Amino acid sequence: MSYRSRDRVFQAVNAILLGIISLITFFPLYYVFIVSFTEPSTYLSSELQLFPKQWSLDSYKYLMSTNAFLNAIGNSVFLAVVGTALSLLITSCLAYAISRKRLMGRRIIMLLILLTTLFNPGIIPPYLLVRDLHLINSIWSLILPVLTNGWYVLLMKGFFDSIPTSLEEAARIDGCNDVSVWYRVILPLSLPSLAAFGLFYAVAYWNTFFTALLYINEFSKQPLQVLLQNMLIDASTAAGGSVAAEMMSEQRIPPETLKMAAVVIATVPILLVYPFLQKHFAKGAMVGSVKE
Amino acid sequence: MASSLEPITKRTTPATKARNPRLRHIGKLLIRDKFLYVLALPGLLYFLIFKYVPMWGIIISFQNYSPYQGVMASPWVGLEHFQRFFSNPDFFMLFRNTLAINTLSLIFFFPLPILLSLMLNEVRQQAYRKIVQSIVYLPHFLSWVIIVGITFILFSTGDGAVNQMLVSLGFEKIDFLTNKHYFWAMLTAQSIWKDAGWGTIIFLAAMAGIDPQLYEAAKIDGAGRFRQMWNVTLPGIRSVIVILLILRMGHIMDVGFEQVFLMMNGAVSEVADVFDTYVYRLGVKQGQFSYSTAVGLFKSMVGLILVIGTNKLAKKFGEEGVY
Repeated sequence: MSYRSRDRVFQAVNAILLGIISLITFFPLYYVFIVSFTEPSTYLSSELQLFPKQWSLDSYKYLMSTNAFLNAIGNSVFLAVVGTALSLLITSCLAYAISRKRLMGRRIIMLLILLTTLFNPGIIPPYLLVRDLHLINSIWSLILPVLTNGWYVLLMKGFFDSIPTSLEEAARIDGCNDVSVWYRVILPLSLPSLAAFGLFYAVAYWNTFFTALLYINEFSKQPLQVLLQNMLIDASTAAGGSVAAEMMSEQRIPPETLKMAAVVIATVPILLVYPFLQKHFAKGAMVGSVKE
Repeated sequence: MASSLEPITKRTTPATKARNPRLRHIGKLLIRDKFLYVLALPGLLYFLIFKYVPMWGIIISFQNYSPYQGVMASPWVGLEHFQRFFSNPDFFMLFRNTLAINTLSLIFFFPLPILLSLMLNEVRQQAYRKIVQSIVYLPHFLSWVIIVGITFILFSTGDGAVNQMLVSLGFEKIDFLTNKHYFWAMLTAQSIWKDAGWGTIIFLAAMAGIDPQLYEAAKIDGAGRFRQMWNVTLPGIRSVIVILLILRMGHIMDVGFEQVFLMMNGAVSEVADVFDTYVYRLGVKQGQFSYSTAVGLFKSMVGLILVIGTNKLAKKFGEEGVY
């Protein structure tokens, strides 16, 4: 075979393999999506269906009519909106301050921040702290302990460092002080970067699970991920969360289609911000790789 | 007010008036940069309260902490909790599970992003490449609750799609979720589905930085596609592979809490329990605060030593390291 035709074969095989990998990756999501839109009365669990026999929104209508589900969505939206706004504000303020080289104590502050990325005191000491602050069962316990983190502050500082100082000097001649330089010069220039950080914060808040497990006992204050855990995981093992179990006891609709509808609803916000996230993948690789 | 940025020198404070010129100098700096300190304050308070107070809270691992007596008044017991932990069979179990899960991840997960990025790098149609990338990156953003939930939907022995398929093909059902022999494999497979695609980003970025002339030269020398991959692309990303591998070794004590916690059930707990789930169960659920803090501290200390050690190693290899 000539070089050209060997190359063609290579290209084709490579493209096909990648296609298969994409299909395998995509299939679970597709399957959940399809079942969630299936008319509940036609759903048979013993049958693997790749396309709904009859489209229906019944599972969604029922989920959206339960208080428990609406409540959990409300809590998660609050977390994602308020949490992200506060996190961005705190992170960018601190990062801006320590990116000014004239700031006294800057090196000590940076060292203190760096140390928190190296050593982690574990689960119990923060738990006892949140309890002593009387934040247990408060939605703020899901925001305040994760308000910012050392990696994000240092990454954002690095970004502010790259903005030319001449811009700041020009603004000062026009009568800006530190706050207005931050607000009128630095922030507008770093909007794309802030958007990237904001998206990663928002996804993290939307996916909040561990902190809710630790700090929230009252069912009405739980975010969506905990309700999902009760519906999807506890209910299929022995115990079953009581509210979730009650929720899924609607006779006409099988628990399977309800579960899948819940997964789709929890995934949609991620899909909505996904195209914007994609723009910032390069930054995201740095931002995302440090938060587990 | 450009003048406000000029350095404040000690000469501006007459030594005769100042009792302590150094203090006055600091005071002047604080006043000059007052807005910066105001901006930094909320973030600094966050680190002090939510990062440094818990570090102080670690001392309860050397006490018999009781919530009523508080940290100040609880009796000291020295290293008793650590001794109890090291002589407990649980210690061996946690260590074995942690090492097993991470070793599987190193062997099966780690090479996949490299392989996948090599494949993606060879795709010429940019549109096709974009589509594949969009699909394989997506699971990274899904929560563990959703991923474990989908796993339960697909793999349950009752009406999971995978078992339905096995039955219709004439096989026996497999208890993927409740058999301790499959547990580690299930964790590894989930991690691959979630993050193998995402892991390609850093390698693709490194590949984009390879000089195209090297490929031209290789072609002129008669190298085919595989030869070019082997002799140009792989050496071009070798340093990235080495540093990621070394840094990964630094996190060999870490296993994601959420994934294991959600996948765990009575039938598999013996192979599932890792340090974090153990600390959560004994500390938060059973209230053994001092003992579980000691377990957590042991894990953090080993982790700290490993991270610093592997960073040193990375620098020895001529890489930058993270710290």
